[in-house]
Amino acid sequence: MAKIIIPTPLRKFTLNQSTVAVKSGTVLESIKDLTNQFPELDKHLFTEDDQLRGFVRIFIGEDDIEDLKGSVTEVNDTDTISIIPAIAGGL
Amino acid sequence: MSEVKFSSEELARYSRHLILPEFNIEGQKKLKQAKVLVVGTGGLGAPLLLYLTAAGVGTIGLVDFDVVDDSNLQRQVLFTRDDLGQPKVQAAKRRLEALNPYVKFVTYETALTSDNALDIIKDYDVVADGTDNFPTRYLVNDACVLLGKVNVYASIYRFEGQATVFNYKDKHGVLGPNYRDLFPTPPPPGLVPSCAEGGVIGVLPGILGSLQASEVIKVISGVGETLSGRLFLFDASSFETRTLKIKRRKDNPLNGENPSQKGLIDYQQFCGVGAVESESKQEVKSINVKQLDELIKKHARIQIVDVREAYEYEIANIKGELMPKSEILRHVPKISNDIQVIVHCRSGKRSSDVIELLQEKYGFQNLYNLEGGILAWAKEIDHTMPTY
Repeated sequence: MAKIIIPTPLRKFTLNQSTVAVKSGTVLESIKDLTNQFPELDKHLFTEDDQLRGFVRIFIGEDDIEDLKGSVTEVNDTDTISIIPAIAGGL
Repeated sequence: MSEVKFSSEELARYSRHLILPEFNIEGQKKLKQAKVLVVGTGGLGAPLLLYLTAAGVGTIGLVDFDVVDDSNLQRQVLFTRDDLGQPKVQAAKRRLEALNPYVKFVTYETALTSDNALDIIKDYDVVADGTDNFPTRYLVNDACVLLGKVNVYASIYRFEGQATVFNYKDKHGVLGPNYRDLFPTPPPPGLVPSCAEGGVIGVLPGILGSLQASEVIKVISGVGETLSGRLFLFDASSFETRTLKIKRRKDNPLNGENPSQKGLIDYQQFCGVGAVESESKQEVKSINVKQLDELIKKHARIQIVDVREAYEYEIANIKGELMPKSEILRHVPKISNDIQVIVHCRSGKRSSDVIELLQEKYGFQNLYNLEGGILAWAKEIDHTMPTY
């Protein structure tokens, strides 16, 4: 199982869990495993035509999947996937 | 650079920089010549301004439209109780002038907008973004890219912070990514709440703002390696840090392969702020706190629904039934459809969203939004009620 780190704004959809274990495979399969476990998350991560939304980026280790093989990038059991959303606070 | 001179007082003041190998008097001269604009004098702005002033940046601009409020003092360490009600830029300037008389301060008591951003930013070398909302984040980014300015960035939410350096040209002339490369579009309104709604641990902006100050000083002095091309993440609750690689994107609308955006745009519209209201076909009915007070006093048959979170309810409540917005659909069966139902939150925004949803999805006709939320109640009806 690979590990996904859930960012604070999305933890309300994962029963406040900050990490979730998911199946390895392609990164899309790993993330779909996450959204199968927490269906509410799906519409926040993907558009209606299943594209990743523009305010979210997915990293494996320290690399953006866009700089690897995109959604078909392979995920190993030892990998950590980061979901990084935009946050704006500062005052 | 030789024309920059220091008085003996300044040399004494900056001696720890002057004896620092790599930095020394050359770094200090660059600081004195530099002009830095700090947008937002709040949680991030406080440490940024204090450290940049102490370090001896020559000219510092401050942009903020707000006044100092009680709820700022938990983290905005620039201010004291004496400053309450004062414009932030004025209070900040007084505090900073007392710290270092060798720095020139320029204040802009205004919100940064698409109309004034280019004009304000053009006079500065580096911008430090300490704002608190998506429209201004995109505005600061776009203005910096259009003007070729470095944008030192940090943002915070609850226990989590992000920092990086945008639009930075390295020693070899290679330009790094900007905010549009990282996040092409903003989240839908409401998904990522502001700190005013979602809360923030007070020391977190202190940590991230200090990191920003450090990056500003590195950008100016050329010492060390900046965070350009890397996104630093900090989670204060688990003390985990990550540093991720970020790159420029071909489809960046400002400076990708086929730039489509040549100037600033309407950022409220871009971020969907206001769009929600104009799109909604259904009007949300409302009542004010005085009307509610009368209804309660004459024991009218009403139901009060509080859509805030449980931890907010503990701070202050008007004995409404707690049905947090985040789980409102679960509570629908408990909401009456035959008597007047008053829905409230902290300031009136979340409750209005909930009413719109319930009207659209379930056809409720009897829901009323409490104007100004529990804050208005505390202000006008019950002065002993704590606000937050």
